[in-house]
Amino acid sequence: MIPELGHFAIALAVVIALSQAIISIWGAHRGDARFIAAAPALALSQAMAVGFAFLALVWSGIVSDFSVINVAEYSSARTPLLYKITGAWGNHEGSILLWCLILSFCGAAVAVFGRNLPSALRARVIGVLGLVSCGFLLFTLTVSDPLGRIWPPPSEGQGVNPLLQDPGLAFHPPILYSGYVGFAVAFAFAVASLLEGRVDAAWGRWVRPWTLGAWCLLTSGIALGSWWSYYELGWGGYWFWDPVENASLLPWLTGTALLHSAIVVEKREALKIWSVLLAITTFSLSLAGTFMVRSGLLNSVHAFANDPTRGVFILALLGLVIGGSLLLFAWRAPVLQPAGLFAPLSREGALVLNNILLCSIMAVVLAGTMYPPFVQLIFDQQISVGPPFFISTVVPLAAPLMAAMGLGPVLSWKRAAVAPALLRLWWAALASLIVVLVGFYGRLGWAAVGFGAALWMVLSALAEIVERSQLFRQPIGTAWARLRGLPRASYGAAVAHAGLGVAVAGMVGMTLASHSIVLLHPGDTTKVGNYDWRLVSLTSGAGSDFTARIATLAVTDARTGQAIATMYPARRTFPLQQQTTTDVAIRTNGFRDLYAALGDERDGGIVLRIHVNPLAPWIWFGALIMAFGGALSLSDRRLRIGAPVRLARRRAADMKVAAE
Amino acid sequence: MMTRKRRRLWLVGVCLVAFGSATALTLSAFSGDIVYFMLPGAVLAKHPAPGRVFRLGGLVAQNTLHDRTIDGQPGVVFGVTDGAGHIVLAEFAGPLPDLFREGQGIVAVGAMTPDGTFRASEVLAKHSASYMPPDVEAALKKDGLWNPATGQPPPAAAFNGSLERTAATKAAGG
Repeated sequence: MIPELGHFAIALAVVIALSQAIISIWGAHRGDARFIAAAPALALSQAMAVGFAFLALVWSGIVSDFSVINVAEYSSARTPLLYKITGAWGNHEGSILLWCLILSFCGAAVAVFGRNLPSALRARVIGVLGLVSCGFLLFTLTVSDPLGRIWPPPSEGQGVNPLLQDPGLAFHPPILYSGYVGFAVAFAFAVASLLEGRVDAAWGRWVRPWTLGAWCLLTSGIALGSWWSYYELGWGGYWFWDPVENASLLPWLTGTALLHSAIVVEKREALKIWSVLLAITTFSLSLAGTFMVRSGLLNSVHAFANDPTRGVFILALLGLVIGGSLLLFAWRAPVLQPAGLFAPLSREGALVLNNILLCSIMAVVLAGTMYPPFVQLIFDQQISVGPPFFISTVVPLAAPLMAAMGLGPVLSWKRAAVAPALLRLWWAALASLIVVLVGFYGRLGWAAVGFGAALWMVLSALAEIVERSQLFRQPIGTAWARLRGLPRASYGAAVAHAGLGVAVAGMVGMTLASHSIVLLHPGDTTKVGNYDWRLVSLTSGAGSDFTARIATLAVTDARTGQAIATMYPARRTFPLQQQTTTDVAIRTNGFRDLYAALGDERDGGIVLRIHVNPLAPWIWFGALIMAFGGALSLSDRRLRIGAPVRLARRRAADMKVAAE
Repeated sequence: MMTRKRRRLWLVGVCLVAFGSATALTLSAFSGDIVYFMLPGAVLAKHPAPGRVFRLGGLVAQNTLHDRTIDGQPGVVFGVTDGAGHIVLAEFAGPLPDLFREGQGIVAVGAMTPDGTFRASEVLAKHSASYMPPDVEAALKKDGLWNPATGQPPPAAAFNGSLERTAATKAAGG
């Protein structure tokens, strides 16, 4: 009964979404106040309907209703409760429903938090979101039904894929999707502004928080996914330039560009048309990222299973959304008036450079990702493009970006000079140069340059804060007051830039990793990095739904003989799913990871893959710092519409407290 | 003060430099870093140059999987077949994917050695029991060796056919 109600709720949501689109956009076009006023209510009711459908799916999972195909295929009675719940989005159909759910929540969020928007603009934004929502709900309803029944129901489900039975991966899709879908709001604002024919500073101020929020989530989502593949897959790497991974990187790159160009729109009313185009591109790439991998166009090691009828529907839907918005752009963009002149060498100029470079990187990654399916289609030849391609194209383009990243924030708006900017950054540049030289002396080669670049990003971010607070120049009290008075957005930017520096340091450190594959018998010792690894014993164990072979590894310092760690890499066999997974053992001290994965057993010994990864945790730590920087920036009162009112009220309250 | 025209000129210049170098990088990388996909039949027919990296796809031939030490590291040798009687012997040093077994569809990245063995640097097999890599599936379909529409791929033994013997002796001889 519950699944049928959920199914009905999806159908209801399609109708609401359609009316949401038509009533809001038509009402805003005609200036009909009653239609405009109906938009928020429609967005809220759509969110409720989709929310109910999603709850119905989760409920079927919790009660193990195996008459629902999705539950029968991806859950079992013995599955832990957490994975019964997360199993709802661990498969194709459920994940699309989750995607729709987040999209409808975005519409509801605009309805609730957008009270200070001009009502016609808000109606248009909600209308555009409704239109997108309608398309994907229709997809769910017709060819990708998450609540389909199976008869007769099996007595036991097939269980969750053991690889996905992991908390990191359980929460990866919702975070990643929220990032993808968050850009839908920026997209809706862009389309609404094209319909309205107006983009101004206020537009930049409204678009920025949404973009920033989506960017933070996407950054964390990508980091979480990469971390999962590092500790779960046991290949010793963290990024494989696989089409699925690239699909999430592409909108991140243009989203980052949008984040920066929206600043220029907000502060200087320049780059308007460009920002609108970026918003459209970012969401288009998000859509392509979620759905291309499902259409079977891109193939990957970790793609979802796919079905050709869906592919056609998806491509048609993508064509409609992307083509439609680009057509609208071509038609309406000339209406937008450019304003705000600036010299090439200025803060705006630096942000333009950031945009150009980020878009170039996006272009090469897109080319590398789309070339193989293209060649397959046209020349009927199966080829692939591997990591060497991406490394040799992305790194040379990222280098000037990192160099400019330090310089940009200290340039002044409108017109700037290089000399004063360099004067403020000389110590950061000097310190980075010293690191590079020391690195070369230590025979690190290109990694030395990488470490220098990473340090440059961290120090120049610090230099910007020092500069703005005039620390070391003003008396300490004044500087402290200035530090406290700096807007949070400034801190956010500096933190995010420094975070990228930390992540880059981690990636460079990973290139210096030492690894070895060895066959060890109990009692044998091998040396990897500066550590001795001794296989103490090999034992068997069992869990709730698996049996395991567990190795005990004693790691000691090769020189001093001091014990460092005892590690237990294991290999699990899941009889129900007929699968074996590798349970990687990782020990970190924050500066290097000891990493051991078990292979197969032969002649009483076992094959071990051992890595010593310098600075590896910094990659994900850096990404977290970046996301934190974004969140810090998001908490800036300026970005919250209507915040001044509340600020004034709070001040008054503070004074009252002080008076008492 | 800079004129609007000069400003635009700067912008166009920077764009040209950035996108131009992006294009140059892409093209030069495409000429060197493209990895072709081949079934064993194509490998035997075309004899790719030793050292040229390509992806070998197919099914692990039955009774060909053996342990062997390669360059001092524990490794394996196995035959890769396309079911039409072509077998390429491959060697790989390192832990195999969890689902690697005889009859499983796999894709291996690597290059031929001068002695005619495929030296894999990476072996991919999807983490699912009934999985056939899309590339292998497409290639088998193209060559008329297996149509996915007709059902599950034939069992490994049928794929091997009469060549089982040759590959096994070759593997044992190595």
